Amino acid sequence: MDLFASLGLGFSVALDPVNILYCFIGVLLGTLVGVLPGIGPTATIAMLLPITFSLNPETALIMLAGIYYGAQYGGSTTAILINLPGESSAAVTAIDGYQMARQGRAGPALAAAALGSFFAGSVATFLLAAFAPPLARAALNFGAPEYFSLIVLGLLVSIALAHGSIIKALGMIVLGLLLGMVGQDIYTGTPRFTFGLRELFGGLNFVAVAVGVFGIAEILRNLENEHEREVGVKAVKNLWLTRDDLRRIIMPVLRGTGLGSILGVLPGGGHILSAFASYSAEKRLSKNPGEFGKGAIEGVAGPESANNAAAQTSFIPLMTLGIPAHPVMALMIGAFILQGITPGPNVINEQPALFWGIIASMWIGNLLLVVLNLPLVGLWVKMLSIPYRVLFPAIVLFACIGTFSINQNVYDIYAIAFFGIVGYLLIRFGCEPAPLLLGFVLGPLLEEHLRRAMIISRGDPMIFIERPISATLLIMALAAVLVAVLPSIRRRRAEVFVEDD
Amino acid sequence: MALNASRNDLASGAIFIAFGTYFALEALRYDFGTPFRMGPGFMPVVLGGILIALGIVVAAKGMGKPDEEAAPPWPFRGIVLVLGTILFFAATIRGLGFIPVVLIAGFATALSSSRNTWLSALIISAGLCALCLLIFVVGLGMIVPLVGPWLRF
Repeated sequence: MDLFASLGLGFSVALDPVNILYCFIGVLLGTLVGVLPGIGPTATIAMLLPITFSLNPETALIMLAGIYYGAQYGGSTTAILINLPGESSAAVTAIDGYQMARQGRAGPALAAAALGSFFAGSVATFLLAAFAPPLARAALNFGAPEYFSLIVLGLLVSIALAHGSIIKALGMIVLGLLLGMVGQDIYTGTPRFTFGLRELFGGLNFVAVAVGVFGIAEILRNLENEHEREVGVKAVKNLWLTRDDLRRIIMPVLRGTGLGSILGVLPGGGHILSAFASYSAEKRLSKNPGEFGKGAIEGVAGPESANNAAAQTSFIPLMTLGIPAHPVMALMIGAFILQGITPGPNVINEQPALFWGIIASMWIGNLLLVVLNLPLVGLWVKMLSIPYRVLFPAIVLFACIGTFSINQNVYDIYAIAFFGIVGYLLIRFGCEPAPLLLGFVLGPLLEEHLRRAMIISRGDPMIFIERPISATLLIMALAAVLVAVLPSIRRRRAEVFVEDD
Repeated sequence: MALNASRNDLASGAIFIAFGTYFALEALRYDFGTPFRMGPGFMPVVLGGILIALGIVVAAKGMGKPDEEAAPPWPFRGIVLVLGTILFFAATIRGLGFIPVVLIAGFATALSSSRNTWLSALIISAGLCALCLLIFVVGLGMIVPLVGPWLRF
């Protein structure tokens, strides 16, 4: 099937009124989540997974995807208006966006962000459509050793991109992998770490883990220091860009789209990295870098395009290999599995309507986002005045009820409390939660492929280096760790030198 | 007594070591197998060992480097009320039923914020109860007793 015929099929699915409705609900919720700090897309998608259970697969995944890229979008609104990025990747946007807002140019900043995101999202979706099928075909030749190496690569790259201590991130991955082993062993059926509870034989419920670590832990974190948010900008006027503004944002948007599309494929938070990369690139290329940090429109348009492009292309590893690039994608895997579909290279052939429908819906979703965000920005500003003390009881209740409604299993709710407190402690002590969830989702896959590969090779670990694809992937993983380690060595050296002076 | 080490590193190291030890020791009771045919105990024992080692490294790296920032205050009220609510929810949802549990749970979590008064907490919990009923029971057809067997006479 050629690309356009496939996209035609995709649009016939995505333009179904029910799917448009859920796509709309998805981007609406996503924008809401992006706007409201204290609840991220990871926790939201985790809580909404049970709700999508009753929908059919296309509709459910279209909605969940909408929440994810909608959140990328919404995060920029709060970053610009109140200097409070609702989403980590919008942190860069806050630098210049908030300065623009203070100068009374909130309108152009929002418009630049919206147009840049829309353009980047559309282009990146096209790239996804163009590159996913050949990649999926290549992935069909992957055997157990290749998958093992690929998962190792994914896990290690995710720590390379995480901030903070690398060893702690490694520890979080290993802890996640171990938690993923709870339940019956796949080969022998031996129950592991179940405390003899039959409810744990199927493994820990990953919705409970995700809601605990990303939702409840975050709430406890916010209750440490309670303070009200200040909304500095009450009304946004004049959304139109001047001709001069337009001329200034064209190149940053193009460069941001390119950077974001490439970096988004990387596992472990490419969208955050791409926003930073785009910002520093624009600053370096600008004729007057002094403007950056004081309200340069390029500093809004570039990173916003980059993170939206990355948000779309991060679907590539998920749709072609079944490997999540970051925690939200890990939850998408969960959504596939809940619907009875194994994510991976087979999806494109076995479920073409689903695959192309999701891709086509991203264009529609991006269009809906522009419509939702620009004219309705006043509404989002009002949303910001919802106090947190009303919001978080709602999050706690939704988490409990939603998780309970999946399996009617009360142990899943005990698991929320357990992972809430463990997650809170770990975050408090400086460990990032994202690698833990990635490890948790990939743990069973890692073990399965490792054991299968070892059976194929009759116990010889050299199989991972002898097969060329597997060896390449492992070398890339090693390189990722080295790159992550090197700057910190350099920085420490620099500190030593400063002290010597 | 001033501690000449990073409390954060020591604490996260200890958590890693604790989890690693539990998983490794428990997994030693399962069949270890050979590299050719790995048993159910193989991966957990190896990974548990790695986690213990990482925990030791994290703790060791924190030695002699006290944290630069003062630790934020512990949200004891939040921890007790939020976690307590979740446990309460799990323990009673079958017995008390949806409406009483959601009302009580919403009220208790709302109180964990020092900014909520008794009255505002009451309003929040009533509002949330109505909202959750609408979304989960009416909208999604969740099967759960609205008022559980413990309250029926």
